[in-house]
Amino acid sequence: MAKQELLGLNGNEASAYATKQVNPDVVAAYPITPQTIIVERFSEYVADGLVDTEFVAVESEHSAMSCSVGASAAGARAFTATAANGLALMWEILYIASSLRLPIVMAVANRALSGPINIHNDHSDAMGARDSGWIQIFCENAQEVYDASITAWRIAEHPRVQLPVMVCMDGFTISHTMENVMTLPDDAVKKFVGEREFIRVEGHMGEAELRLDPEAPLTMGPLDLQDFYFEHKIHQVDAMDDALEAIKDVDEEWAKVSGRGYGYAEPYLMGDAEVAVIGMGSAMGTVRHVVDELRQEGVNAGMVKLRLFRPFPAAELKKAVGRVPMLGVMEKCISFGAPASPLMEEIMTAYYHDKEKPMMANYVVGLGGRDVSPAMIREIYGSLLKNRKAGKVSKPMSYIGVRGD
Amino acid sequence: MSKARTWKELPKGAVSYRSSRDYKTGDWGVDAPRIDQAKCVKCNLCHMLCPEGCIAVREDGSPEPDLDYCKGCGICAKECPVKAIEMVRK
Amino acid sequence: MSERLTMKEAARIPDALAPGHRMCAGCAHPIVARMIMKAAAGRPTVVTNATGCLEVATTIFPFTSWDVPWLHVAFENVAANASGIEAAWKAQRRKGKGPLAKYERLNVIAYAGDGGTYDIGFQALSGALERGHDFTYVLMDNEAYMNTGIQRSGGTPIGASTTTSPAGKVIPGKTEWKKPIMEIVVAHEIPYAATINPAWPQDVLDKCRKAFDTVGPKFLHAVIPCTRGWRYETSDTVSIARLATQTCIFPLYEVERVKGRPVWRLSGPSASIAKRPESKKPVSEYLEPQGRFRHLFRPKRNEELLKFIQEGVDLRWQMLQERCA
Repeated sequence: MAKQELLGLNGNEASAYATKQVNPDVVAAYPITPQTIIVERFSEYVADGLVDTEFVAVESEHSAMSCSVGASAAGARAFTATAANGLALMWEILYIASSLRLPIVMAVANRALSGPINIHNDHSDAMGARDSGWIQIFCENAQEVYDASITAWRIAEHPRVQLPVMVCMDGFTISHTMENVMTLPDDAVKKFVGEREFIRVEGHMGEAELRLDPEAPLTMGPLDLQDFYFEHKIHQVDAMDDALEAIKDVDEEWAKVSGRGYGYAEPYLMGDAEVAVIGMGSAMGTVRHVVDELRQEGVNAGMVKLRLFRPFPAAELKKAVGRVPMLGVMEKCISFGAPASPLMEEIMTAYYHDKEKPMMANYVVGLGGRDVSPAMIREIYGSLLKNRKAGKVSKPMSYIGVRGD
Repeated sequence: MSKARTWKELPKGAVSYRSSRDYKTGDWGVDAPRIDQAKCVKCNLCHMLCPEGCIAVREDGSPEPDLDYCKGCGICAKECPVKAIEMVRK
Repeated sequence: MSERLTMKEAARIPDALAPGHRMCAGCAHPIVARMIMKAAAGRPTVVTNATGCLEVATTIFPFTSWDVPWLHVAFENVAANASGIEAAWKAQRRKGKGPLAKYERLNVIAYAGDGGTYDIGFQALSGALERGHDFTYVLMDNEAYMNTGIQRSGGTPIGASTTTSPAGKVIPGKTEWKKPIMEIVVAHEIPYAATINPAWPQDVLDKCRKAFDTVGPKFLHAVIPCTRGWRYETSDTVSIARLATQTCIFPLYEVERVKGRPVWRLSGPSASIAKRPESKKPVSEYLEPQGRFRHLFRPKRNEELLKFIQEGVDLRWQMLQERCA
C-alpha cells in the first residue's frame, strides 16, 4: 500500500487535487456555484505548470460538455465540472456523450435547480440526469470525493463499460467544507489510472479504435433511424449492466492501493435493526450519528448509505437492507406528480417481485439547502417506529421540516 | 438483402459500418448526362460541380459519369462551357 | 503563400465525401463540401458537423459518406466540438502520445448551416472564435432551416417566403435583412474569413488552402442554393449561385488580419464588378428565377419592395467596397 499524505481539503479541492494527479488531457469548464472552486483550483494547476492539461475556459456549460465530447472523441481524457442549472444546460449533450460511449468524468456539486433560483444543496440536478446514460456516484464526504475522482476514470474507461461518470457531492456541505483527506502520491495515482483504454470497432473503412484518427477514420454520431436506434440503446443497457461488475473490480483494486474500500450500499448496524433509513450523500453522516444516539436509547435503529445510483445496485442494496421490517427512504428531490421521489421509486421497483420485503415510507428532506438536522432525522425514525408498531405505513410520503406540513 | 444485424453484431458507439458507395442513388432521377467526348475540352468543371462526385476524370482528362449514383440534376449539362453534355432519358 | 491547388489537380484527388449520400438532386452542399475536402486532401483532417442537411443526408446509419474522421454531436455546438478536438490534439502533441501527437497541425473543419450559425450555434461560435482555437468553420448558408422544411433563420434574406415567414396577403415574406455574419465574425479579430461560391471552384480551392494554412480560427461563408427551399430547377444551382455574386447580394471577398488590422479584399468576380460597375447585374435577375421570391414578381411586380431590396444591396455593396479600398 502506498504511503499517504493527510491534507485539509474541501470537496471541490479534493476533486481538483485528484484530477491534478490524474492529469487529464483536456479540461473544459465553466464557473457555477458551488462547483467554481474546482475550475479555479485546476486553472491554478495549469497556470503553475503542475499539469500539462489543455484547459478550455468555455463560454457555457453546454459548450463545456460539447467540448468534452469533441475532446474525448478525439481520444483525450476529458474532465469537466458543474452544478444545477449548468447541468441542466448540458442536458442534451449528456445523452449524446453516453451514446457515443465517451468515458468523460464530471464532478457535480449538487445544487437545487431553479426556480426560484437557489444556490444550495439538494439532488434535483443529478436526479434529473438519471436517465442520461451516465454512471452516478454519490459521495458522503471529501475523502469519498477524492477516491471517486480517481476510480471514476478506470470505471469509465473499462473496456466493458466505456461510459461517462458523474462524481456527485453535496453543494457546500461537501464542496465547501474542509475535511481531512488522505491522499496518495502522484505516481501511485498515475499508476492506478494508467492510460485510457480504447475498444476496437469495425467501421466502414475497417477496424479501428473508437476515436477520431485520420489514419483510421470512423463516423461517430450518424443519423440513426427506426431500423437501428433501438439496438444501439441496448448497447447502453448492456454497458450499464456490465458496469455493476466493473465498478466492484475497480473499487477492490483501489482498496488494495489506498486501504479504502467502498460498497455500493453500505449497511450500518443493520443486523438486528427494526427501523432503518436509506439515503445518499452528506446527510448520511448525520443519520449515522442519530443511529448511534438511538442505539444508546435502546432503539434498534440502522441505516444504509447508497453510494451508487446509476447503475442501480438492486442486489447489493437488498443485501445491505437485509431483513429490516421498516425502511425509510430519505432523499433530497421531488418528482412532481409522481407517486414517490426517485430513490423511493427505484427501491420499491427493486423489491416489487420479492415475497420478503420491508414496509417503506418516503421522506423528502433538505430541499434548497435546508439543513437536515439530527432532530429531523429523529422525526423520521419516530415516524418509522410508529409505522412499525401499527404494522402499516400511515403516510407514504412526508416532507420533513416544511412549515405547515 | 442480408438479414439486419442484431445489437450484438453492431459496432459499439453507433459508428457507421458501411460506405454510402454501397447505396446507389442512380435510380432517383429520370435523366442522365451523355457526354460528347469530341466536343469536350477536358476542363473538369463537370467533375467539380457534380453534387454526387460521380463524374470521374480519366487518365487523359476526359469525364466519365457513373450512373449508379447520378441523380440526374443536370448541373453538368447546364454548366458545361462548350455544351458537350446533354441530359437524356436513362 | 499557400501552395496552389489547380482545378485540374483537384479533379484527380479522390473525394473524401463519397457518392451514395442522400442530399437532394442538385444540392449545392456536396458540391462545396467536395471542393473543401479536395483542398484538405493530404492534410490530417477531422470533420465535425452540426445537425443539418449535410449531416443528416451523408450519414444515414449504417452508411456514411465520409472517408475522414467525422463527428456529429448536436445542432448548436459544432464550434465547441471543434474546440474539444483541437484541444485533444494539442494535449496529445504536448504529451507526445496518442495518434494525433505526430501532426504539426491538425486540420479541424466544422460544418454548420445557417440555423446552426446565425441562430442556435451563435454563442458556441463566438466563444470558439474568441478563444482562438485552430480550426476552420464553414457556414453552409442555404438561408433557411431546410432540413426541417424551410423555416426562416437569421440568415434568410429579406423578401424570402419561408414556411415561418410566408408571403401572405399582408406580409411579403421575411421583413428583416440577413444578419451581417461576416462583419460579426471579423469583429472577433480572427486571422482569416472569406466568402465562397461554388460557381468559382478555383476561388473556393484557393481560399480553403489559405484558411487551412492559417493558424487560428478561420471562417468560410459559402452560398448554398437549395432547389427545394429556393424553388428552382435542379440544374440551376450553380447559375443561381453565380447570380448571387454577379448581383452583389453575395459578394466574394476575404478578410485577412495583417499587423493586427483586418484587411478586406474583393476576390476575382467581385473585384471585376468593382472595376466595371456597369457589369453589376440588377438584383431582380437573381430574385426572379427563385420561387421563394415569386410573390415579388407575380401577379404583379412589387416595385416598391424590389427598389428597397436593390437599395439595401447597393448600400451594403458600397460599404464593402469602402472597407476593401
